[in-house]
Amino acid sequence: MGTKKITIEPVTRIEGHAKVTIHLKEDGDVERAYLHINEFRGFEKFCEGRMYFELPSIMPRICGICPVSHHLASAKTCDQLVGAEPPRPASLLRELMHMGQIVQSHGMHFFELAGPDLLLGFDANPATRNVVGLIQANPALALKAVALRKFGQEIIKTLGGRKVHPSFAVPGGVNKALRPAERDGILAGLKDAMLTTRLGIDLIKDWTTRNRQDVERFAVFPSGYFGLTTPQGSLELYQGECRLVDRQGNLLEQFPASRYLDYIAEHVEDWSYLKFPYYKKMGFPQGAYRVGPLGRLNVADQIDTPEAHAEFKIFKGLNGGRPVEHTLYYHYARLIETLFALERIEILLNDPDILSTDIVNTKKTMQREAVGVIEAPRGTLFHHYRINENGQVEKVNLIVSTGHNNWAMNMAVDSVARTYISGQRVHEGLLNRVEAAVRAYDPCLSCSTHALGQMPILIDIVDSSGTTVETLRRD
Amino acid sequence: MAKPTISTDWLAGCAGCEMSLLDIDERIVKVAELVEIRSTPITDLKEPDLNGVDVGILTGAVNNTTNQEVAHRMRSRCKTLVALGDCAVFGGVVAMRNFFKLDDALRRAYVEAESNDGESKVPSSPELARPVEVRALGEEVKVDVNVPGCPPDADVIFYVLSELAQGRKPVLKGDTLQWQ
Ligand code: SF4
Repeated sequence: MGTKKITIEPVTRIEGHAKVTIHLKEDGDVERAYLHINEFRGFEKFCEGRMYFELPSIMPRICGICPVSHHLASAKTCDQLVGAEPPRPASLLRELMHMGQIVQSHGMHFFELAGPDLLLGFDANPATRNVVGLIQANPALALKAVALRKFGQEIIKTLGGRKVHPSFAVPGGVNKALRPAERDGILAGLKDAMLTTRLGIDLIKDWTTRNRQDVERFAVFPSGYFGLTTPQGSLELYQGECRLVDRQGNLLEQFPASRYLDYIAEHVEDWSYLKFPYYKKMGFPQGAYRVGPLGRLNVADQIDTPEAHAEFKIFKGLNGGRPVEHTLYYHYARLIETLFALERIEILLNDPDILSTDIVNTKKTMQREAVGVIEAPRGTLFHHYRINENGQVEKVNLIVSTGHNNWAMNMAVDSVARTYISGQRVHEGLLNRVEAAVRAYDPCLSCSTHALGQMPILIDIVDSSGTTVETLRRD
Repeated sequence: MAKPTISTDWLAGCAGCEMSLLDIDERIVKVAELVEIRSTPITDLKEPDLNGVDVGILTGAVNNTTNQEVAHRMRSRCKTLVALGDCAVFGGVVAMRNFFKLDDALRRAYVEAESNDGESKVPSSPELARPVEVRALGEEVKVDVNVPGCPPDADVIFYVLSELAQGRKPVLKGDTLQWQ
């Protein structure tokens, strides 16, 4: 028997287009597995020549799951281009919208995308291992999950007029103030959103206790970690400094986003449209790091809201005080952040400035180049624009959240394939575990492939001459 | 009578249309009662059934060779094909790339970007789809129903799904015809 290649395409219950290929040795053991991100759209190029103020409307079309992150990262970059710091109420309102997005995105991922694996089982029938199957198995829980996502989406709509691709932030501020009735409407939904998030936390803690063996061998590997924190080192999702720690948790760098090019470079592999960012001083792949919920909790020293901080302390103890390396703990970290976002929403809504109509700074001192940053649900997002003397965009550079996790997702796929698969023994449930390794990172391939891109999963089995002998798809 | 079957897939887009579909919220239970949901990006069946489905829904523009395959496969396996969202209906934001040469766009992203390291070149592995000039879905295959919007509103999507579930061809006019 020759060597084989297994292809999983498309990878489902992730956002965007990816495929996995697993190359097997003669004896059927895994030689190496790859995650291919298979699309390119070219935002960096086609934004050239547009007016800078159009970008907060164009950029969100990179991704419909976290459009608010792109909208706000773009607006923050534009604030600097026009030299107008937004008034405090505008920053509070932007953060409020961003927290709404964290809740909807994290909530949807846990219950609707990853949930079927955790709640119905990796080996459940693929025809029903999905959100509809979940509705049938546990309608009460499924409806709570729907309501949690809706709570986040409604905040976005209240501020920006619509749930997907809202129009709200403008250079120097926002275009609408919050009315008292709107504030009260959001506050009224907070309690149920908290309860559902708590329910999710109980579910994931119970699941990881019952599946300890899987957790301990499912894509556990060291890496650096990266994310924004407050100047005091607390978890921060809206604005802060970039912090990078090594695999032991030691601080490597802390720097403002404007200097990202001094610290981060991107590597290109021929087999993926998604680039591989890394810590410049260590080179690739030694300098690879992880972002998103796990990365952020690993770089933070504390969380400034009480309920999320209580869970954070438990999280920090999971790996004996060292950074948590377990891919499956992404789910727990994601829900701790959801709790934090809900607590922030309450704090923001009770801030005396939140109803202020001082929401835009119209002063202008044009600059030619600027970098904006935000913690999107999936990780740190950089927008970098340069404009000409007419305000037309000359250059755009983007480093998107899922990109930072590209190396880690490949490691996870490789690791899970090695642990669970051998040529003599491949079945659908095992392949689904490989996909689940990708899913845990909650990749957003639309974001990733803004350059050009798509991401589904397929498994090809190739012989040693490179000919595909079998392709596994689940249909 | 058996429930009508639905498959969906995404081409080059942003998943915003799928998010808007999920924004029908609790009404998803109603949809699950009316139709049988087969392959979609959020279920684990990978392709529309070989013996066909009643309704196929595609979002996104045709941007590469994989999109072309997916579009043709869906067309050949569904009775009614819906183009959902501006990208599918007329190319949307994705089609802005057609103002530039494809090679220039690829070079900008993989070779010239400020953050790239020195060794970069444009990915070209046979594992990857090849980008093509961006086209609307209707320029690639025959489309039966166009639903514009970026994304179309959840209420519009719910109306379209309900009509299709009852074997009718949705007609967008008045409140349901929206361009935003
Ligand atoms: S039409 Fe708009 S919302 Fe839909 S995929 Fe295209 S960019 Fe996204």
